[in-house]
Amino acid sequence: MKALIIISLLGVVAMMAEVLRFKKLLLPLIALGLMAALVTIVMDWNSDMRYFNDMVWFNNYALAFSGLVTLITLLWLFIGHDYFMAESNRAEHAALILFCLAGAMAMISFADLTMFFIGLEILSISLYALASSNKKELRSNEAGLKYFLMGSFATGFLLFGIALIYGACGSFNLVEIHTALSKGVSSPVFVKAGVLLIMVGLLFKVSAVPFHFWAPDVYEGAPTLVTTFMATVVKTAAFAAFYRLFSSCFLSFAEYWVPVVAVVSALSMLAGNILAVYQTSFKRMLAYSSIAHAGYLLMALVAMNEVSAGAILLYAAAYSLGSLGAFACLHAVSQQGNEQIAALNGLGRRQPVIGLFLSIIIFSLAGIPPVAGFFAKYYLFYGALMEGYTWLVLLAVLSSLIGVFYYFRVIYALFKEESEAESGNTGIHASNLVLLVLTALLSLGLGLFPAWIQGLIL
Amino acid sequence: MLTLALLLLPLLASLGTFMLRREAVKVYALISSAIQFGLTAYVLCLFTGDAGEQFQFNFPWVEALGISLHMGLDGISILLVALTNVLVPLIILSSFRNNYSHPAAFYGLILFMQFALVGVFAALDGFLFYIFWELALIPIWFICLLWGGADRVRITLKFFIYTLTGSLLMLVGLILIYLQTPAPHSFSIEALYQASLTAEMQGWLFWCFFIAFAIKIPVFPLHTWQPDTYTDAPAQGSMLLSGIMLKMGIYGIIRWMLPVLPEGIAQWGEVAMMLCATGIVYASCLAIVQKDFKRLIAYSSIAHVGLITAGVFTLTISGLQGSMVQMLAHGVNVTGLFFIADIIQRRMKTREMSELGGLANNTPLFTILFMIVLLGSVALPLTNGFVGEFLLLNGVYQYSAWLAAVCGLTIILGAVYMFRAYQKVMLGEAHERSVEFTGLANSEKAVLIIIAFLILAGGIYPKPILTIAQPALEEVLLQIQDIY
Repeated sequence: MKALIIISLLGVVAMMAEVLRFKKLLLPLIALGLMAALVTIVMDWNSDMRYFNDMVWFNNYALAFSGLVTLITLLWLFIGHDYFMAESNRAEHAALILFCLAGAMAMISFADLTMFFIGLEILSISLYALASSNKKELRSNEAGLKYFLMGSFATGFLLFGIALIYGACGSFNLVEIHTALSKGVSSPVFVKAGVLLIMVGLLFKVSAVPFHFWAPDVYEGAPTLVTTFMATVVKTAAFAAFYRLFSSCFLSFAEYWVPVVAVVSALSMLAGNILAVYQTSFKRMLAYSSIAHAGYLLMALVAMNEVSAGAILLYAAAYSLGSLGAFACLHAVSQQGNEQIAALNGLGRRQPVIGLFLSIIIFSLAGIPPVAGFFAKYYLFYGALMEGYTWLVLLAVLSSLIGVFYYFRVIYALFKEESEAESGNTGIHASNLVLLVLTALLSLGLGLFPAWIQGLIL
Repeated sequence: MLTLALLLLPLLASLGTFMLRREAVKVYALISSAIQFGLTAYVLCLFTGDAGEQFQFNFPWVEALGISLHMGLDGISILLVALTNVLVPLIILSSFRNNYSHPAAFYGLILFMQFALVGVFAALDGFLFYIFWELALIPIWFICLLWGGADRVRITLKFFIYTLTGSLLMLVGLILIYLQTPAPHSFSIEALYQASLTAEMQGWLFWCFFIAFAIKIPVFPLHTWQPDTYTDAPAQGSMLLSGIMLKMGIYGIIRWMLPVLPEGIAQWGEVAMMLCATGIVYASCLAIVQKDFKRLIAYSSIAHVGLITAGVFTLTISGLQGSMVQMLAHGVNVTGLFFIADIIQRRMKTREMSELGGLANNTPLFTILFMIVLLGSVALPLTNGFVGEFLLLNGVYQYSAWLAAVCGLTIILGAVYMFRAYQKVMLGEAHERSVEFTGLANSEKAVLIIIAFLILAGGIYPKPILTIAQPALEEVLLQIQDIY
């Protein structure tokens, strides 16, 4: 809870930066604030606290995911820093990012559907503005508008679903909904419709098939930094909320919604990976691959057993680290406006450090041992097999193979032999390089000691 | 602890390559692999044949899932670890005349590969085995990608996706077995032996594992990645792939399939053997018509390992013994053959056999050494290949005479394509460029002489290999009979 307060206050302070003229101090201030938030999360560990009439519930699950999103944001500052050096709107950008993070935390730690909705909206509205924050770029505007229109539509579904659930159970509180549902309600049709509508809203947020159409355009149009934030923090928070909601309330209706999620999961990983194969733009490829990753993560919701929560945490961590590293490289080489995979051509041969560490990142994203992404996938496969979803796992295996096909194109580009004259890229900025090395080493560490993260929560 | 030392030495050595100057890396890699060889020899001296798994260590890794860092050596493992640690120094020495770009990365990857291979052969935990299995793929993929021939992007991608398909199937199979182990579930080999699997499930699991191993070996019809990859890889890559890496697949069958899935083998073993037999004839016939010498070696390798795999599935002691001996023999021979192909290619700038000829005139030593390697490969008595193939055919004959007749063709066809190749390359009218073929350099002499020595020694006195392998193989067969 303290972390949530710190981050919200930090956002308010950041808004003042323009007026009170301390823009130069903004970046260190945010970094310090985020670190302080992390420290409070660590200190609160194992405390099971409820606040505001049981609307917020910080147990280890919420703390672990809050810690993860805070840490990712902290790492994100490495590539985000030049966003805060921009000529104009520096303070607004900072504040929006922080509000986004605060919304994410509220979404992670809700114990009440109203809180869930508030968190989601704080997150989404900040994101709509951030996606179109590159005002002079047409595609950024398109991204913002598209995201806003589609997003508000999904929010409508979600709200409608919440209303139906309230109608059936008479409460917004997770525990009370659970009690009401397990006792049996007079109008299960309301519940079924409500669950379905809430699911649609959430599947939209995690960009699962068939609600994924916005993702490639928004990812591509938004500034790379915002895309990175969406792919990491937002996705993590959305899945944390998804799991918290469905594992705590709707378990008694499991046989009704689990098959739907299983099919969506299979479709997402196949469609995401197959479409990614045809992309030549690095950014768009990562957008499609994020759809596929959402599909893998949904396997944890299908399984819903004792490894699921930890598996989501580990997968979200592995995927976020991988995305941060990959986007750091993309951001660095795309300064000249070239976001094609070909922009990486020969980079690994000229700068072996980038070649080595970006390869590790790609291995993690593709799920090759011993990097974090492998163990994350392993836990998901294991959980699903435990519940007898062999067909889903086999489809996941198949789509992983397709994944290797396009992820490795990045490595092939890195080590392509090319004459010096052809290559436009000269190298990458120091902070991006630091982030790349850091994320790669963390991925490797998580791969060697997966239980450190996975074992945190049950 | 000795196993741990054997495992970690190459890993540390591979990390060390990045701190050295370019000129020093070659020598450094050779020295570190020679130390590793010395350590292996020491372990072999301490090894006692009939004591089961020795030099074990066991640390918990992911306790919640029952995964531990459990490794040890028995008669089967130690022979393959020895093969790895004999061949890697030779492979490194064989590269002394090639000037690869980025030598630190090249030798670092070879040593890292050695680490992963030792891990595969020593792992006693199913999950650990899988991790090392995958780890071995990454360095060889990079070696092929960074130093391979012109068409490497297409070929390495095919290679990687092919092998990863098998690996992931094996992973799914492993998890399925793991879920049937007695509670608390564990991946340790003893627990996997005790898994209660129905016959039907074993049938499915058989294919999960067999496809993974068959791709690596490769067994017909899953071999299509192999000729391209072997041909396109740099010489040292081909040696690593064919000399050591494919043994991972055969080892996997002996260690992780026979005792764990006996009923699956009872159902499908015959089909697997027929695939092997088909592959032997098919690959031999293709080898006869090859024009590229390296490609010919690649096809001959498919034929040889097909026989080894068939021998394993006979479930007879003679078939298993033969497969052990032949794995070592094939490793040494094929490394020698690929090295010879590389020596010729570096001097003549071609591997097309029609453009070669008459090389025997100006290099007597090379001619003799090539002949010895060749005779080992066609299994002439008193060479290592003979012992292995004899035992293997004996095993297959005990299983089925018809199958033995088909498999026996490998000896005849092998002689046809090998002698034909020798004739075209070494004998006959000298090609106009053949006069440029110079004598062997010292490093090349050393490698070929050691290989020739190993071929003859293995053929004249194979008893140590048989004695070391015997108890461990009997143990494997006992596990199978227990369940029947």
